[in-house]
Amino acid sequence: MSPEFPKKVRSDLNPSRVLTFRIDGRDVSARADESILIVARQNGIAIPTLCHLDGLSERGACRLCIVEIKGSARLQPACVTYPRQDMEVVTTSERVVAYRRKILELLFTERNHVCSVCVSNGHCELQDLAVELGVSHVRYPYLYPGYPVDASHERFCVDHNRCVLCLRCVRVCDEIEGAHTWDVMGRGITSQVIIDLNQPWGTSETCTSCGKCVQVCPTGALTEKGRSVAEISRRRRFLPYLQMMRERRDER
Amino acid sequence: MNRLRLATTWLDGCSGCHMSLLDLDEALLDILAGVEMVYGPLVDVKDFPARADVTLVEGAVGSEADRRHILEIRERTGILVSFGDCAVTANVPAMRNRFPVEAVIARAYVDNADRHPAAGDGAAAERPAFAFTGVPRLCPTARPVHEFVPVDVFVPGCPPAAAVIAWLLTELVAGRTPEIGGRSRFGA
Repeated sequence: MSPEFPKKVRSDLNPSRVLTFRIDGRDVSARADESILIVARQNGIAIPTLCHLDGLSERGACRLCIVEIKGSARLQPACVTYPRQDMEVVTTSERVVAYRRKILELLFTERNHVCSVCVSNGHCELQDLAVELGVSHVRYPYLYPGYPVDASHERFCVDHNRCVLCLRCVRVCDEIEGAHTWDVMGRGITSQVIIDLNQPWGTSETCTSCGKCVQVCPTGALTEKGRSVAEISRRRRFLPYLQMMRERRDER
Repeated sequence: MNRLRLATTWLDGCSGCHMSLLDLDEALLDILAGVEMVYGPLVDVKDFPARADVTLVEGAVGSEADRRHILEIRERTGILVSFGDCAVTANVPAMRNRFPVEAVIARAYVDNADRHPAAGDGAAAERPAFAFTGVPRLCPTARPVHEFVPVDVFVPGCPPAAAVIAWLLTELVAGRTPEIGGRSRFGA
């Protein structure tokens, strides 16, 4: 999961290329190593995201940030697509919005997201996205899969019924904590996040119990024990801070 | 003045959405001036009338009776509103969906009973199948209303807030078919 463009120290000998392109008809300028998502945000253009989290590598897992690029038939995820000179990007066409809604609705059908009794009710990025994208109901049949809850860890729980496979937990555990306790097994719709070699969380020998995965989870999949419906709160300020400290160390 | 013929009904749900409707307090008086309540748990009418302009449906479709009821309502209703999360997503009633109906019934009425003639060593295995005598037969799964009939307006929320219901009814009384947009969300 190394970033597409390794960060180099810029100098006169190693200049970063600056290019100009258009987002929603607006002229914008960007460094060549900045994704379309980052450039859009710098220019106050909002693109919905779910798997993206500032401070973690991009994964392109959720596909909610898809945008249209003139000349390309396929929609591209803005978080892992980099600008080219004179590219024309459209972030909110009818087609893009329709696909984003479909993606979100399918996420709701794949697991059991019962918002009303969820620990994350009112603090959930999936719930908020449904409001943001105007999803008032789901047009596809719910699958109602039978996923387990693992409460074997002394402080944390994982409820796979609420997981959207954004893989923030996998990334934060690997990239920030350095433990790589979390990983993914299976393929497609049957993928699942796992602890170590797919074992109960409480038996993990690599987990440091730091709780970073719990803090970055966008839904109610990872929770602290002792929290009831709508009682979760996430603390994420540590993430940009840790990353900043790490970058400073690299520069020394 | 032609008043809006409003029906409400309560399928597989907890009645919380009807409670939220009553939670409009005095705002109800203004709205009711333009409304005639023709059916529902709030009025004493046994059969669904031949015609209703608008029906608010609370609850998922969880039993055979629910299914028959919603088909009849659809035929006799102008604007059908999926009213609250159970109608829109099947919500809490759907939490039984991953288990067989027999297991759900046993869990609700037998396993947790303090006293039961069938209780005792090994008796559970010999228990006769639940006969659904006098009560509606449960469907294999509880499902959202729009999987059975076309729905015109979706109002998510567990329950929808009173202010949202006030806005909804005001729009309906004015003869408009409201689009809920981001006014209400899944969950509480």
